Amino acid sequence: MKKFQCVVCGWIYDEAAGAPEEGIAAGTRWADVPDTWACPDCGVGKADFEMVQIA
Amino acid sequence: MSPLIIIGSGLAGFSLAREWRKLDSTTPLRIFTSDDGGFYSKPMLSNAIAGGKSAAQLAMKTAQQMALELNAEINSHTEISAIHPERHCITVNGQEVTYSRLVLAQGADPIRPPMQGDSADDLLSVNNLDDYARFRAALEGNKRVAILGGGLIGCEFANDLLAGGFSVDVIDPGTHPLAALLPVEASLKLQDALGQQGVNWHFGVKAEAVERAGDALRLTLSDDSSLDADVVLSAIGLRSRTALAAAAGITVKRGIVVDDQLKTSAPDVFAIGDCAEAQGKVLLYIMPLMQQARTLAKVLAGTEAELIYPVMPVVIKTPACPITVCPPALGAEGEWKVESTPLGVRALFFDSTEQLLGFALTEQATAEKTTLAQQLVQS
Repeated sequence: MKKFQCVVCGWIYDEAAGAPEEGIAAGTRWADVPDTWACPDCGVGKADFEMVQIA
Repeated sequence: MSPLIIIGSGLAGFSLAREWRKLDSTTPLRIFTSDDGGFYSKPMLSNAIAGGKSAAQLAMKTAQQMALELNAEINSHTEISAIHPERHCITVNGQEVTYSRLVLAQGADPIRPPMQGDSADDLLSVNNLDDYARFRAALEGNKRVAILGGGLIGCEFANDLLAGGFSVDVIDPGTHPLAALLPVEASLKLQDALGQQGVNWHFGVKAEAVERAGDALRLTLSDDSSLDADVVLSAIGLRSRTALAAAAGITVKRGIVVDDQLKTSAPDVFAIGDCAEAQGKVLLYIMPLMQQARTLAKVLAGTEAELIYPVMPVVIKTPACPITVCPPALGAEGEWKVESTPLGVRALFFDSTEQLLGFALTEQATAEKTTLAQQLVQS
């Protein structure tokens, strides 16, 4: 399981935790997060933005 | 062809450049900046101390990398002394440079509090990566930090410094932290949580003087008490950089006034981010900035577009008591209905017809932000 960080605001997506409040189940791989998904803190789109693998 | 010129290489300037390049990959682009022209995440500046991050670690890309990525010429460490809208040029280090269109993305300056004493110049503020580097250097080998201002930035830094092992005093003339954004119950929750972790709050007072006292800086407060600290961080607010625009005759209020196409009062001159006043507001957050960048990119590419803000919750990065707030519009009529739940404070702002106009959530109650944001959209 990996973590990805939004380069604009620093929000971290942890595959193990998912983002249940955003409708993304725990264990969802980054590759499987929908392309329409946007960073919950800053609104930057997944396709638009580089997430940095930090671990 | 004369280039598109962007003044400023912060999140506003670079976000616009990135969005615009998706629509126009060939028109020449020049970016002028008083910084070094690298890219970093601005919101991370207020939560990097605990992680032990240096300024160099926060710098994600160099000016050269950005220039390559954006097919742009980046002119670092430059000072613009004038804009001449009638001639479509700016004066850079004494030389005139022409533009086809000009975007002002100059950001904002930290407000300096009026301060007496021989060490007033030792007050630090953190609003860019260079500031952060100076702040980190000042903290080196020290322990006590006094923060002026208990707003969003003051509280985020207070939490970050505590987690980094510093002792923290926060001085604010109001009665609670984040009083401008939150209902009092949510403010109190944050105040208690940070207090339990060690923040010493000083409400109802201002710092009036700062003097060197041996190795320490001694602050004199408005109730004549005093307080010693090694480093004093001022976080009392930001003021849009408008001087250059105003000198060029461009309409300026709190920020550089723009319409829903981000256009200023001068032809072919646009403004975006912390220096811009759109829809009557200067919003110093990421989400509005990103909306502005996307809209302006389309406008510059010749597509019809207008600035429409979605519901934009503000996330306050205070791990001691995480908060998400979507404040009701300024002057909105209604009242807060506040519940203290086992998950945290859940405060909803309703008008007289029970329409939801805003909300504030603390701790685990923040999980509800997406659902509430959707309700706000529908109302």
